[in-house]
Amino acid sequence: MRADLAIIAEWIKPGSSILDLGCGDGTLLKYLRDQQQIRGIGLEIDEKNIEACLGNNLNIIQSDLNKGLQGYFSDNSFDYVIMSQTLQATAHPDKLIEEMLRVGKEGIVTFPNMAHWKGRMQLALGGYMPVTKSLPNRWYDTPNIHLCTVQDFEIFCRQHGIKILERTFVDHTHSRSSLMMKLFPNLFSEIALYRFCRADGK
Amino acid sequence: MPDSIPQDSVGIIESKTLHFSEPLELECGKVLSEYDIAYETYGELNEAGNNAILICHALSGDQHAAGYHSMEDRKPGWWDSSIGPGKPIDTNHFHVVCLNNLGSCKGSSGPNTKKPGTNKYWGPDFPIVTVRDWVNSQHRLMLALNIGHWCAVIGGSLGGMQVMQWSIDYPDLIKYALVIAAAPKLSAQNIAFNEVARQSIMSDPDFHEGHYLENNSVPRRGLMLARMLGHITYLSDDSMREKFGRELREGKLSFGFDVDFQVESYLRYQGKSFVDRFDANTYLLMTKALDYFDPAREYDHDLAATFDKATAKFMVMSFTSDWRFAPERSREIVKALLDAGKQVSYVEIEAHHGHDAFLIPIPHYMNVFHSYMKSIREAIQ
Repeated sequence: MRADLAIIAEWIKPGSSILDLGCGDGTLLKYLRDQQQIRGIGLEIDEKNIEACLGNNLNIIQSDLNKGLQGYFSDNSFDYVIMSQTLQATAHPDKLIEEMLRVGKEGIVTFPNMAHWKGRMQLALGGYMPVTKSLPNRWYDTPNIHLCTVQDFEIFCRQHGIKILERTFVDHTHSRSSLMMKLFPNLFSEIALYRFCRADGK
Repeated sequence: MPDSIPQDSVGIIESKTLHFSEPLELECGKVLSEYDIAYETYGELNEAGNNAILICHALSGDQHAAGYHSMEDRKPGWWDSSIGPGKPIDTNHFHVVCLNNLGSCKGSSGPNTKKPGTNKYWGPDFPIVTVRDWVNSQHRLMLALNIGHWCAVIGGSLGGMQVMQWSIDYPDLIKYALVIAAAPKLSAQNIAFNEVARQSIMSDPDFHEGHYLENNSVPRRGLMLARMLGHITYLSDDSMREKFGRELREGKLSFGFDVDFQVESYLRYQGKSFVDRFDANTYLLMTKALDYFDPAREYDHDLAATFDKATAKFMVMSFTSDWRFAPERSREIVKALLDAGKQVSYVEIEAHHGHDAFLIPIPHYMNVFHSYMKSIREAIQ
């Protein structure tokens, strides 16, 4: 399993209820169901991924995250709402994060950090859009239309009344945080992981 | 006619009929003192008795869901695309039961059969049956076939409504509910289409207030019109454009009121051939059952509360171009199930075929269906 998914699994309390937005082929949901007895449901748009989820006996709703959650879920109906490596590809990340914290008690997101030093070098010195292991697409074929940095995300949270409960950073080999990543996450981490809730506790 | 029976067909099948002598109370207050149910089965019931699947048919369907009755058959059963060895509803693993609903006209008691103990056709006197009545009669059939519970109940359109009713009325007897191209209740537009269909039948001079069989007549024009209207609502604008466009049958305009366009010819053919295989009184009954279906009515119109007792896992499917029972209607079902805390999956299949899509082996639809049925198979092993 991808290391970012393994870290998410550590964050999640066994037996909890989970909504996975952009759940892909359901790897995380299946793991959490089999190992941690969670009750989960995934939202996914890709046909092949949906077929894979169904084959794994997962509950899945075919849905386009760019249309929001389409009123499917009532307030506080999940312990966690997860969006792993999906946020940056959505049309309205701000509204989705709001929705995550409406239907879930806590949100978990992971995203590629646009401010990793390799990307900065490519843009600053090479003068072209970064292409790295964690951002492998070129500017014209990337699904990532709303990339952000570790710093951007944390500013966003402050401005939107979101309390960060936990954060971790990994590189593309998905080895755990090195000292440099811990000291300078915006410069050295390739993938950022955050667990958060509403600051007002509602 | 099949030259040979395809490998993935259930083969030559015989319809069977069971007589039930225990009276069945109907929602309308009337009682069927005795009745027949025609049905077919495919695949074997396993030793554990946990692999039985009930297929519920739609408006004009019947018990003949798969395979052939004889080598002379022009076409296999109505859902042969999905039922058979290696198909989504895999008869190598599941014991499949499909019946003809009461009030229909393919062997079960209905307007075109004789009233018990008389030599008279039921005709218009056959009581109005509802989805709930059907589910109760299907439950009787289940017991008569020595089946303890349904591993799954599956149906499209009006069939999907029966699936929902099963999950509500017999929550402990259904493990998986597959609701395809259905709606939690008809819209005013749906009811309007049904009303025009009924009026066209009832205003046919050959209808004789439903007593046409005694009068040796058939309300052909009325039933044909009803079917033509229905057919338009089963297709999408796109699929009609693709199938017919504005193509002319004779290559030129006739400047008369006979058939000019291919689509007219197609609809007339569909209407005419329907008259030969369907009963007008049944059409009236079936459309009423559709109109009346509204399980949430008893729960203060709260669909989530309606599903409260259901224990089945649900799979809801819809088709993008279906405007008779549009995806929004399926999403209402999904939302209610989620609000009720039920386990549910929902897939919206990209298809241009309109409502009819649920009978067509569209690749993504078949893959989804396969994957889901496979997970059921693994769960009951």
